[in-house]
Amino acid sequence: MKIGVCAKFTPDTDTRIKLRPDNSGIDPTGIKWVVSPYDALAVEEALRLKEKHTGEVISFTVGGDDTAGLLKGTLLALGVGRAVLVNDPAAVGTDALGIARILAAAAKAEGLDMLLFGKQAIDGDNGQVGSMVAEILGWVQVSRVSELTVEGTQFKAVRAVDGGLKELVAGSLPAVVTADMGLNTPRFPKLPDIVKAKTKTVEVKNLAALGLTAAEVAPAVQASNFGLPPARPKGRLLTGDADQMVGELVRLLREEAKVL
Amino acid sequence: MSGILVVAEHDAGVFRRTAWELLGKAAALATELKTTVSAVVLGDAPAADLGSAGAARVIHVTGDFATYSTAATTAALNAVITAEKPDVVLAASATLGRDAIPRLAARLGTGVGTEVTDLRAEGGAVVGRRPLYSGKCFADVRVVRAPAFFTVRPNSFPQPTRSGAPAPVTAMAAPAASDGVTVLEKRAPSTATVDLTVADRIVSGGRSLKSKEAFDTVIRPLAASVGATVGASRAAVDAGYAGHSEQVGQTGKVVNPTLYLAMGISGAIQHLAGMRTSKVIVAVNKDPEAPIFEHATYGLVGDLFEIAPKLTAAFAAS
Repeated sequence: MKIGVCAKFTPDTDTRIKLRPDNSGIDPTGIKWVVSPYDALAVEEALRLKEKHTGEVISFTVGGDDTAGLLKGTLLALGVGRAVLVNDPAAVGTDALGIARILAAAAKAEGLDMLLFGKQAIDGDNGQVGSMVAEILGWVQVSRVSELTVEGTQFKAVRAVDGGLKELVAGSLPAVVTADMGLNTPRFPKLPDIVKAKTKTVEVKNLAALGLTAAEVAPAVQASNFGLPPARPKGRLLTGDADQMVGELVRLLREEAKVL
Repeated sequence: MSGILVVAEHDAGVFRRTAWELLGKAAALATELKTTVSAVVLGDAPAADLGSAGAARVIHVTGDFATYSTAATTAALNAVITAEKPDVVLAASATLGRDAIPRLAARLGTGVGTEVTDLRAEGGAVVGRRPLYSGKCFADVRVVRAPAFFTVRPNSFPQPTRSGAPAPVTAMAAPAASDGVTVLEKRAPSTATVDLTVADRIVSGGRSLKSKEAFDTVIRPLAASVGATVGASRAAVDAGYAGHSEQVGQTGKVVNPTLYLAMGISGAIQHLAGMRTSKVIVAVNKDPEAPIFEHATYGLVGDLFEIAPKLTAAFAAS
């Protein structure tokens, strides 16, 4: 089985976001970059599919000059066979469709059976790229998947739909699947594997190598005027013993906040 | 402007609150932009009723849409948009908005402003405001190609008054489309309580519970006593005290309730990102320095194992 996985690096969830002085975006200074948590689920699932069915895992990432080092210490150390990195100045500031066109072009040449994504990256929180790549490739898609099995050319997946419902669905490969929490528990790379991965090669490509022009990845969606969330009004600490605090809380919730 | 198109979703013929919410906002935007609102309905529902909230006309795609299908939904909306050529398309941030709208945007070569919490008219166009990094920051989003898609987080706008006349309805047969994906089984949620993302009251437990047994005997009865949905911090979920679907935070659910009780939750940045817009936050923690107290409307410094049962009894009695 030939399995593709798309992964990006995002600020660790413990990051306190700071903005650039001109509010044009976030200030990346001091940020610890990690594989976006939902993408990490996709990587783990790709590795498990490979272990079960034999085959190969190829990863696809759009990134910058620092990304190759991050890929070595994470995906390549975990057992991804080949890591493709698209690094091109024209891709900086593109939108979900631009990223999707790049990833689809990179994945198309590989003859994949399945392409896995996280359901969303935890920076932009868009969750669009998987569906867009499926459209461009003309593949089926299943979003927000928490269970996945493959038999021959068929897959079964459990997806989340509205109202807290889940559905078991079946379809034919090739398919795009986006990973949700509960799909698996990602493994951590082992130190010897991290050391070994330092000598591995990341395949770096630019847009021209993928047959794309800068115009094809010009963004349709533009973000501006970044701001931090408004501060909450200062609350109060209740005093007394447990009985007094509980009594006072219930009174305040009923009479002051009026939420009971 | 050649108009704003609202995707009006329904469950078995009953329009969702988000359908009315989007129509109300679209009507206000259309007045400012001197344009009109139309709506699209997939499957059997009283389409003409949407006129009461400002839809000037409704395109009713007839066919079976009772079970969600990416291919059928995308094809139907594509047919309507290709015929109607709206400038702006609004959909709720739910399964259709998350799964089909991006696919459709790719088919049409345009973009989506995702899960906006506000929309405004500016310079003859619609501009969205949306949270990024799970609400750690916000930004304006513009879509500079047509149609401009926006998906909207539920409960971002008030329910409109419904006083208008029924709208004229144009019927359209659903285009044939299948991707071969079949639904074998539907699984109902394991609890009967409201889903976290739309819950009005939430009681969440953290690592301080120290065991699944404590979580089950302290947090769940407290939630039940006040009619709340149970949530949990990442630490509690990682420790196995609660399920993945109960996690609140940047890698779990982003919630927006009226009342949020944080029991034994320290207030890690990743948790705060998921619940900071809650209207009233109550924090119970034995550490007076816990960051959660900076965000709490009411803070109780003390032992949650002592406080929670008393609170459960007080809620049950009130």
